[in-house]
Amino acid sequence: MSLLDAVNITKRFAGITALDAVSMQVESGESVGLIGPNGAGKTTFFNCLLGMLRPDAGSVTFDERDLTRAPVYRRARAGIGRTFQRIELFAGMSVRDHLLVAERCRLGTGRFWKDILNLAAPSGDEKARVLATLELLRLDDVADAPIESLSLGRGRLVEVGRALMTEPKLLLLDEPSSGLDASETAALADTLRAVQSERGTAVLLVEHDVEFVRTFARRLYVLDFGTLIATGATAAVLGSAEVRKAYLGETV
Amino acid sequence: MTDFITYVIQGIPFGCVFALVAVGLVLTYKTSGVFNLAFGAQAFVAASLYYVLHVRHGWPTLLAFALVVLVISPLLGLLLDVLIFRHLRTASPIAKLVSSLGLLVAVPEIVTILVLGESSTFGVVGIWWNDNALYRFSDYVIDGKEMAIIVSTLLVVLLLGLLFRFAPIGLRMRAVVESPRMTELAGVNADRVSAFSWMLSSLLAGLAGVLLAPLYASLAPQNFTTLLIAAIAAAAFARLTSIPMALVGGLLLGIIQALLSGYLPPASVIAQSVKPTLPFAALFLLLLFWPGLRSAIQNKDPLSGVDPPPDPSVAVTRGRFLTNATRVSGVVVGTGVLLWLLTAATTYWIGIATTAVVLSIVFLSITVITGMAGQVSLCQATFAGVGAFSTAQIVKVLGLSVLPTLLLGAAVAAVVGALLAVPMLRLGGIFLSLGTLAFAVMFDTLLAPLGWVSGGAHPVSVPRPIGFVDDRPFLILCVVVLAIVSVFVIFIRRGTTGRYLTALRGSETAARSIGINPTRIRILAFAVSAGIAGLGGGILAVQKGVAVKEDFGYFYGLFFVVLVVTLMPSTVEGAINAGVGFALVPEVLKLVGVSSSWQFVLFGLGAITYARHPEGVLEFQKGKSLAAIQKRLPARLRGPVPGPTPVPTGGAD
Ligand SMILES: Nc1ncnc2c1ncn2[C@@H]1O[C@H](COP(=O)(O)OP(=O)(O)O)[C@@H](O)[C@H]1O
Ligand SMILES: [Mg+2]
Repeated sequence: MSLLDAVNITKRFAGITALDAVSMQVESGESVGLIGPNGAGKTTFFNCLLGMLRPDAGSVTFDERDLTRAPVYRRARAGIGRTFQRIELFAGMSVRDHLLVAERCRLGTGRFWKDILNLAAPSGDEKARVLATLELLRLDDVADAPIESLSLGRGRLVEVGRALMTEPKLLLLDEPSSGLDASETAALADTLRAVQSERGTAVLLVEHDVEFVRTFARRLYVLDFGTLIATGATAAVLGSAEVRKAYLGETV
Repeated sequence: MTDFITYVIQGIPFGCVFALVAVGLVLTYKTSGVFNLAFGAQAFVAASLYYVLHVRHGWPTLLAFALVVLVISPLLGLLLDVLIFRHLRTASPIAKLVSSLGLLVAVPEIVTILVLGESSTFGVVGIWWNDNALYRFSDYVIDGKEMAIIVSTLLVVLLLGLLFRFAPIGLRMRAVVESPRMTELAGVNADRVSAFSWMLSSLLAGLAGVLLAPLYASLAPQNFTTLLIAAIAAAAFARLTSIPMALVGGLLLGIIQALLSGYLPPASVIAQSVKPTLPFAALFLLLLFWPGLRSAIQNKDPLSGVDPPPDPSVAVTRGRFLTNATRVSGVVVGTGVLLWLLTAATTYWIGIATTAVVLSIVFLSITVITGMAGQVSLCQATFAGVGAFSTAQIVKVLGLSVLPTLLLGAAVAAVVGALLAVPMLRLGGIFLSLGTLAFAVMFDTLLAPLGWVSGGAHPVSVPRPIGFVDDRPFLILCVVVLAIVSVFVIFIRRGTTGRYLTALRGSETAARSIGINPTRIRILAFAVSAGIAGLGGGILAVQKGVAVKEDFGYFYGLFFVVLVVTLMPSTVEGAINAGVGFALVPEVLKLVGVSSSWQFVLFGLGAITYARHPEGVLEFQKGKSLAAIQKRLPARLRGPVPGPTPVPTGGAD
């Protein structure tokens, strides 16, 4: 049984069929790419996987559990993490707090009575794990900076770090390289590979940077106007004429 | 059968007024995203001006009517749009709601002070040539005032229909109502459309005000506010989108109300409380169960994807200099005042100080729910009332001693808060605020008058705890409770709950994506907040020696929010400022020799700035003046100059 098994996900918005019976399987530890032109429905697919949107049809099974009707937070706790195309950070929090809050959430040790007794400060363990992730993403120099002072690129890294703190089994990345320069993108790719080899995290990557996709993903899915038009090994898919036409805008 | 028709006919005039208000609400909501609570205030402005011109100065009816309804009212609408709401276009709906709430509190007081004065406002005359003329339609009779309402409403419906069907601006408005973004893409000037719709809706407010005024014995702003809240039910029936449905909803509301009061035995308790409660109960139920309304919340504009991102949230980091300056001066002044109170002050001033302290406790509940959880609850005064009544009743019935009972009262309020939060939180945003408002008014009309709640005509007295009977010891007790609750709030904010709430405020989508359960954490916030309000309310009752329902009316709930939001909604210090302001500002105004109503004007206008200064306008000003002072200091003494650094951090999807 695959780690993620999404079957026939269909989503319509007031007349537009954003997703038309899209199915996808992701195995543990795998790197999969999801590509397609703007408006193809990639973000919508992420939203359906994690429950931010309710699909009109289809089912989501993750880690042998049916999550089709589960609320977002349940799916997150089941082990799906994500970042956002339009960056979503917690205004008024430091970088470190972004990761601490995710860590606390993963542990589930937050109790109201502890708050009242002022026992809710982060433990040494929590701090150490957060620091490790900060170092992994090279964010330790801005650990205590307010999130508002970060560049867009580093903001994306904070999102990745926050998602990693929940120790997801599957990490959904929505265009992580936009806002990053070439060296930052390369560093991010390295970091992701390190995380994968260390923790066996599967990654589903939505990305426009073809080089990033080519070097990172083993398998690809291609969406166009809400329909899957191709799937298979990265090199084969990127080489196919149909994909080149739809995605890369090439005329054959 | 004739009874039935009689009742229906009796219900139509009020139904028409509800309909006019509902149409106005839908218009501004759809064209500018503002749920305009100030609509009642606009109606009151028109009614007052009309009264002064027509009754006091003897202007002819038509002239007064034309000037007030056709000229001044639209101008007022234009003014509101140009001065306030146009600048809030990208603000969140909740910020817009708070701004209009500020107007609702401030504007009627301005009118009362500047236009009506102290003299009585009895004898409002309607616009019909003879208010008391009777018109017979076979067996049924209506009088001149009602005739005026029905005829005007028919005219309005006709003109609106023509406007939307044939006039270019009407067609554009209709397009904006369908999809604001689509219209903007098509090159329609949104400013013009929004200005026009504000003028039109303000005209409707003026008309409703003038028509409604003669139905009451005298002009009182509360009547207009209550009517506004009632008409929200009709707007909710129309899912805040459809103008014809708003008309139908208004009429239905009026008719059902008349049917109820007709068929229920007139003297029964049920009849007396059910009729006035109906619109608020209807609003409450519609919010929860009206399917179209919920989907109106979920299904956004098909083009919402092309929206520019919302305004960058602003990092409001207080400079260390300001923090320290505030802390030091706070401690010095606080200790000084306390010493004076405990030694030299008169009973009068001790009473005022106690009120300040007790209200600070109540206001800490707003720090939790609005400052921390980011929800605008309009029923905090009601939670205080629940705490006060429970405390009083438990002491009376079970004979428990007062101090532990205060905690029980707080617990009852917390349970009520949690129970209310469960359905309300599904709504979120302005619908949650409207739901809490409906709850507050329902409590006032349905529950608060009952014997087992407030004691009815004989309010329940509460003794002061033994050892704290005198004013000075009681003040000390209150200060101690305030200190404990403050620390409690600070610990919650620092703790897991506070961090989760900050995360949810920053980005609910992202918070859920890391596994935070928003419902659970917000119910907790509601319960804590209601509990704190209940504790404050209980202590207020103990201070006065009696739990009086008038102390906890819905209007206080509105005023409390306005007050705290103007000062500093997010900190303990802000709640204490608000408590001091609540008790002290009327005294200061008395000293200066002006009406204490100015406090409503002051804080009401302050709340309008909430959209731009969510940290509280006072805090903003403090930061600005401090920055100015620091610039003049030699560099060595200068701390980092405080000031917000706006950087996009995203927002709700
Ligand atoms: N909340 C929404 N409401 C209406 N339409 C939407 C919404 N979200 C996405 N869409 C539409 O669905 C389609 C797919 O969008 P999206 O998933 O963002 O594409 P991608 O991420 O591949 O660029 C687009 O046509 C978009 O306009
Ligand atoms: Mg996308």
